[in-house]
Amino acid sequence: MIRFLLNQELREEQSIDPNMTVLNYLRGYAAKTGTKEGCASGDCGACTVVIGELDGDEIRYRSINSCLTFISALDGKQLITVEDLKEGSKLHPAQQAMVDCHGSQCGFCTPGFVMSMFALGKNNSHPSHEDIHEALAGNLCRCTGYRPIIDATEQMYEDKTPDQFDRAKEQTVARLRALQQDAQPEITDGSKYAFNPRTVGELATLYKANPTAKLVAGGTDLALEVTQFHRDIEQLIYVGDIAEMKQIEVFEDRIELGAAASLTSCYNALTDEFPDFGALLHRFASLQIRNQGTLGGNIGNASPIGDSPPALIALNALVVLRDGDETRTFPLEDYFIDYKVTAQQPGEFIEKVIVPRAQAGEEFRSYKVSKRIDDDISAVLGCFNLRINDGRIEDARIAFGGMAAIPKRASHCEAILKGAAWNKETIERAKEALALDFTPLSDFRASKEYRSLAAANLLTRYFVELEATEVTTRVSDYV
Amino acid sequence: MSNHHKNKKSYDEMLAEAKNDLTTGVGRSVKHESAAKQVSGEAVYVDDRLEFPNQLHVYARLSDRAHARITKIDTTPCYDFPGVAIAITAKDVPGQLDIGAVLPGDPLLADDVVEFYGQPVVAVAANDHETARKAAMAAVIEYEDLTPILDVEEALAKEHYVSEPHTHKRGDSSEALATAPHKVTGAVHIGGQEHFYLETQISSVIPTEDGGMIVYTSSQNPTEVQKLVAEVLGVSFNKIQIDMRRMGGGFGGKETQAAGPACIAAVVAHHTGRPTKMRLPRMEDMVMTGKRHPFFNQYEVGFDDEGRINGYEVKLAGDCGYSPDLSNSIVDRAMFHSDNGYYLGDATVTGYRCKTHKVSNTAYRGFGGPQGLIMPEIILDDIARQLGKDPLDVRKTNLYGGEGRDTTHYYQKVEDNALPDMIADLEESSEYRKRREEIRAFNASSPILKKGLALTPVKFGISFTATFLNQAGALVHIYTDGSIHLNHGGTEMGQGLNTKVAQIVAEEFQVDFDTIHITATDTDKVPNTSPTAASSGADLNGKAAQNAARTIKQRLVEFAARHYQVTEEDVRFQNNYVLIRDEILPFAEFIELAYFNQISLSSTGFYRTPKIYYDRDNARGRPFYYYAYGAACSEVIVDTLTGEYKILQADILHDVGASLNPAIDIGQVEGAFVQGAGWLTSEELVWNDKGRLMTSGPASYKIPAISDMPVKFNTRLVENRKNAEDTVFHSKAVGEPPFMLGISVFCAIKDAIASVSDYRISPAIDAPATPERVLWAIETLKQQSKTEAKATSTETI
Repeated sequence: MIRFLLNQELREEQSIDPNMTVLNYLRGYAAKTGTKEGCASGDCGACTVVIGELDGDEIRYRSINSCLTFISALDGKQLITVEDLKEGSKLHPAQQAMVDCHGSQCGFCTPGFVMSMFALGKNNSHPSHEDIHEALAGNLCRCTGYRPIIDATEQMYEDKTPDQFDRAKEQTVARLRALQQDAQPEITDGSKYAFNPRTVGELATLYKANPTAKLVAGGTDLALEVTQFHRDIEQLIYVGDIAEMKQIEVFEDRIELGAAASLTSCYNALTDEFPDFGALLHRFASLQIRNQGTLGGNIGNASPIGDSPPALIALNALVVLRDGDETRTFPLEDYFIDYKVTAQQPGEFIEKVIVPRAQAGEEFRSYKVSKRIDDDISAVLGCFNLRINDGRIEDARIAFGGMAAIPKRASHCEAILKGAAWNKETIERAKEALALDFTPLSDFRASKEYRSLAAANLLTRYFVELEATEVTTRVSDYV
Repeated sequence: MSNHHKNKKSYDEMLAEAKNDLTTGVGRSVKHESAAKQVSGEAVYVDDRLEFPNQLHVYARLSDRAHARITKIDTTPCYDFPGVAIAITAKDVPGQLDIGAVLPGDPLLADDVVEFYGQPVVAVAANDHETARKAAMAAVIEYEDLTPILDVEEALAKEHYVSEPHTHKRGDSSEALATAPHKVTGAVHIGGQEHFYLETQISSVIPTEDGGMIVYTSSQNPTEVQKLVAEVLGVSFNKIQIDMRRMGGGFGGKETQAAGPACIAAVVAHHTGRPTKMRLPRMEDMVMTGKRHPFFNQYEVGFDDEGRINGYEVKLAGDCGYSPDLSNSIVDRAMFHSDNGYYLGDATVTGYRCKTHKVSNTAYRGFGGPQGLIMPEIILDDIARQLGKDPLDVRKTNLYGGEGRDTTHYYQKVEDNALPDMIADLEESSEYRKRREEIRAFNASSPILKKGLALTPVKFGISFTATFLNQAGALVHIYTDGSIHLNHGGTEMGQGLNTKVAQIVAEEFQVDFDTIHITATDTDKVPNTSPTAASSGADLNGKAAQNAARTIKQRLVEFAARHYQVTEEDVRFQNNYVLIRDEILPFAEFIELAYFNQISLSSTGFYRTPKIYYDRDNARGRPFYYYAYGAACSEVIVDTLTGEYKILQADILHDVGASLNPAIDIGQVEGAFVQGAGWLTSEELVWNDKGRLMTSGPASYKIPAISDMPVKFNTRLVENRKNAEDTVFHSKAVGEPPFMLGISVFCAIKDAIASVSDYRISPAIDAPATPERVLWAIETLKQQSKTEAKATSTETI
C-alpha cells in the first residue's frame, strides 16, 4: 500500500492500476480537474504539480509533470495541486500575480505555470532572470508570448508573508514522517504490480527474481510507453525511494552519482566541476523533467539522442552495473553497443555513474544543437574534452549524440588531434576526419547533411572559444 | 426582495461618487473575467465537467494511408472488449454524412475512400477512453492503395484543385514588367502551422427528449456545430443546443474543426441514448485536424532605381489538403494581403487552391493573410539588396500614399493610412538607424555570431470577406437587484472577448464590471451567430451588446422622464447611479423602481457591419470596413556555425484605435507576435513520403517556449488615434493583425544571413527559417560571395 498526502489529506492506495499516472489519478480518481492534460508526454507543462518531500527537518518542493509520473512515486510524499494554493477566497501570491499581470488568457496552461511559479517561490527567495526562465521553460503558453508571466513571477515575490504551506510546515513534516514505511510498499490492480524497494539490496533481490520487470526512477521516458504507446507494464519497480541510489558523493579523484539521483541534483554537483556540463543540463528537457529524470535513466534508455551520455563519455565516465550482490565497473562508452542495445545483462541494473574529477589542462565543452533553445531534443550534441599543453594537444576525447545509433566517440577525429599542434589547421583536419566517424541519418529534426556540417562546425566553435575567450559564441548566452 | 436600502448613503455622498469616472468601463485594463478562476483551477473546461454514471468515451481509428479505397471494414472484433457500447462507421450516420463548412467534401467518417493519413474511419465508444482506443485499434480495415499527391508543386502543375483559381488584376502588369528598369523574381515555400491550442478538441454530448442533443463543445463556431450535429442526425436545428463557456485556446483551429468530434459523439449518443464525450489526445488532434495552409508562392516584380514597385505578379498556391473547408476564403485573404501596406502599381495576383492528400487545412489566425502578406516583405528585401539600399528605405518608398497611390489591387481605397506616421515613430523609438550602424560594427568583429535587424509593417483588412457573416446578436437581462446577465454570439477562447463586451455593457449602463455576469455562449440564447473569427469578436458582438443595452437604457430613460416628470436629457447614468435632474438613485434601486413600474428589463441586440460590399466576379469592391495597422522592429542574433538564433529585441507599435482594454490588447499583440515568429522559425511541419505527419506532438513540433520571447520586448499601442469608422467606441480589431508582426523576425534573420555577403545578396530561404535552413542559406551566400569575388577579380585582371 502506498500512502501520501493529497495536500493535507491522507490517501492510502492498495488496489489500483500501477500504470496510472498522477494526472489521471487526480482528474479521474480524485475528481480534481484543476490540473490539465495538454499533451500527456511531458512537453507542455499544463499538468505540472508540486511534490513535497522530506529532507531532514525540511520539506523540499519540486515541480513535476504529473502526466509522466506513476502513482507509486507518491509514496511518503505530499502532492500539491493548483486547487490547494488558494486559502478560502484569497488567492496565493503566485495566483494573484498571474491575475494582476494578465498572465492568464485562455487559462489552460495557467495551472501548470502557477505550480511552476509556486515551486520556484519555495526553492529560491531571490531568483535571477535566468532562474525564472529556467523554472518556466517547461511550460508552454500559446496565448501570451510569456512576458506577462515573467512579470507575474517577479511580482509574486512582493508578497513576503508566509503562505499556508510555510505555516503548516511542522505539522506537514510530522505527517510525512509518520508516512515513511520501512517495509517495501506494493500496489496492484490484480494483474499489474508496482514495488517500492527501500534499499539497493532489496532492489537487487527483487530484480533478480523479476528480471522482466521495468525499473522506473523518474519515469519521464518509461511513462511514455503507457501514455503515448499504450503498452501495459506488468511489473514496475520504483527505485526513487532508495536513498543509496540517490546519493551524490564527491571524492578527491571522482564524483559518484547514484543512478536514481535526479538530474537536478546532478546538475548542482557537476556544474561546479564542469561549468559546461551545467550549461548542457540547463537545456536538458525542462526543470520538471530534470526534477524527476535521472542520469541512470538517461543512460539506461540507451537513446541515441540522450543528452548526458556524450558528455559523460567525453569526461571518461564509468558505469557501475549490479546483479544481485555482484557489481562490475567499466567505461560508459562500452555500455552502448547498438541502437537500444547495451552491455547490461538481464537482472543487471545501473547502480551508479563515476565521473573523474577535472584534470589540469583539460577543457571540457558541450554544444547542443536543436530547433528550439528550451526543452528540445538535440539534432546534434557535441562534447569535447581536450588536454592542451604548450600548444600541443596531449589528449582528446570527443563524443557525439544524434550522429549514430548510439552516443559515440569520434575516434578518427580524436586521432588527428592527439599529439597535434593546437591550431586552425589541425582543427580543419579534425573536422574532415569526422566524416570517417559518422554517417548520420535524416529525420524530421535535421537532415544528415546538416548534422554532419553542424557537428564539424562545433569543432570550430571549440577552437574559437578557447582562443578568443572574449568573443561571445553562443546565442543561448543572450538571456 | 432586496436589502440594498440598508446603509443608505446621503444624497451628497451619492452625488460625489456619481461624479467619479467608472473605473471598470471601456478603455480600462480590467482583468480577464475568468482569470481568478483560471489561476485556481476552478474554471471549467469541457473535460472538467462532471461525468455521468453511464458516460461513454469515443476514440476514432484513423486511416494509415494517404489515399486509398476502403475494401473492407469489420468492426466485430471491437466488441470483444468489455465495456464497448458501439463501433460506428460512415454507414451508421443517420443523416447527412458530409460536414463540409461551406462546400461539401468532409465526410464525418471516411466512406469508400480515404484521402489523408489520419482520416477517421471507425469510431468506438466505451465506458472509458482506453478501452475505446484498444477496441478501435482492433477493427479490421483493408485498403487498396491509390496514388496520392502530397506535394503542392505537383498539385499546382497538375491543376489538382479543390476549387478554381481566382485573380485580382489592376492595369497591365506584364507590360509594366517588360518595361521595368529592374526586376526580381523568385519562388518560396511558406510553411503551415499547427494551432497547438493547449486544450485539444473536445465535445461532450447529452441526448435529450425529442431526439435532440445538448452539446458542450470547445468551439469558435457554436452555430455551425449546431447545424452540423442536426444535419448528421437528420433533425431540425431547434432540437440541438450548444453550450460553449470557454476554450483553452482556439486560434482558428476550432472554427470548423470542432464540429467533427461533436458530430461523432452525437451519432454515438443517438444510437446508444448515452451521454458521450470525444476528446482528442494530443497526437490524434495534431494528425486529424487541419492546420494553417502551407503556400508555394512565385513572384516577378519590376521596380525603378528608388526601389519603387511598378509591376507586380504574384502567384499564391495554397496547399488546401484534401477538401475545400474554408480554403476559398483563405486563399482569397492571402490575395487581398499580397500588397501589405504597399502600392503595387500594375498588379496581377492569382490564387490557386491546390488539392493534396493531406489533412484539410483550415483557419488559423490571419486566415491566409500572413502567407500573402509576407510576399511584399520578401520582395522588398530582394529589391533592397539588389539596389544596395536599406530595406526600411525601400519599404517606406513603397507605402500607400500620395497622388494616385491610395488604392489596392482590389480597388478599395486605403483611407486613414496610419503606417507612414507609425513607421516614423517606431524608427525613432527603436533607434533603428543607430542600431543598424552598431550591428554592422558588431558583425564585422564577431566571427561566429551575426546580428540582423528589420522593421516591417502590417496592414490588415477587418471584416469577414464572406460579407453576410458580418452580423452578430446579443442578449441582455437586468434583474431586479440591478445585476446584469450578458450573453452574446461570440466565443471566449482566452482573447478577452467576454471581458471587453462586459466592459461595453458596463460603460453603457455606467455600472461596475462585476455587476455583469457573462454566461456561456448558447445557441438557445443568441441564435444564428457567426464564428468568432476574422478578429471580429469585439467589433461585432460588442456592438450587438451595446445595442441591446441601449434598447433597455432607452426604455429606462423614457420611464424616468415620465415618472419624474423631467425631460429625457435630465436622465443620466453615471458611475453606478442614475441622476434624474435633482434626484439621485443607486442603479439597483432605480432598476427595482422600473420593475415595479412594469418596464421590460431584457433585450436582444443586433449589429451588421455597414459600408462593405465585394464583387468577386470582377474582384472589385470594399471587402474591409477598415484596416488595422502595426509595425515591429526586431533584432536577432544568428549562429553561423549551426544556424541557431535568438530574438534579442522587439519593439512593437500597434494600432487598436481607441483601445477597449489596453492590457488585453497588449496581451493580444505580444502573444500574436511570438506566435507569428514561431510560425516562421521553429514551427516546422514535416510529413514523410507516405503522407504521415512526423511532427505530431510537442516533442517534435516546437512552438515558442519562454526563451523564444525577445530578450527585450517593448510593446506600445498607438495613442490618441481612434478608429475613423464608427466601430464600438472607435476601437479596432486586434486578434489577427499583430500575428504578422512576427515577419520582422524572419526578415531580421535574413538580414543577419545577408551580412555574410556584405548585404549584397538576398538569401533565398523558405519558411520556417529553421536552424538548418538558416545554415544552408549562410553556406549558399558564402559560396555565392566567393564566386562573385572570383568573378570580380577576374574582371579586374
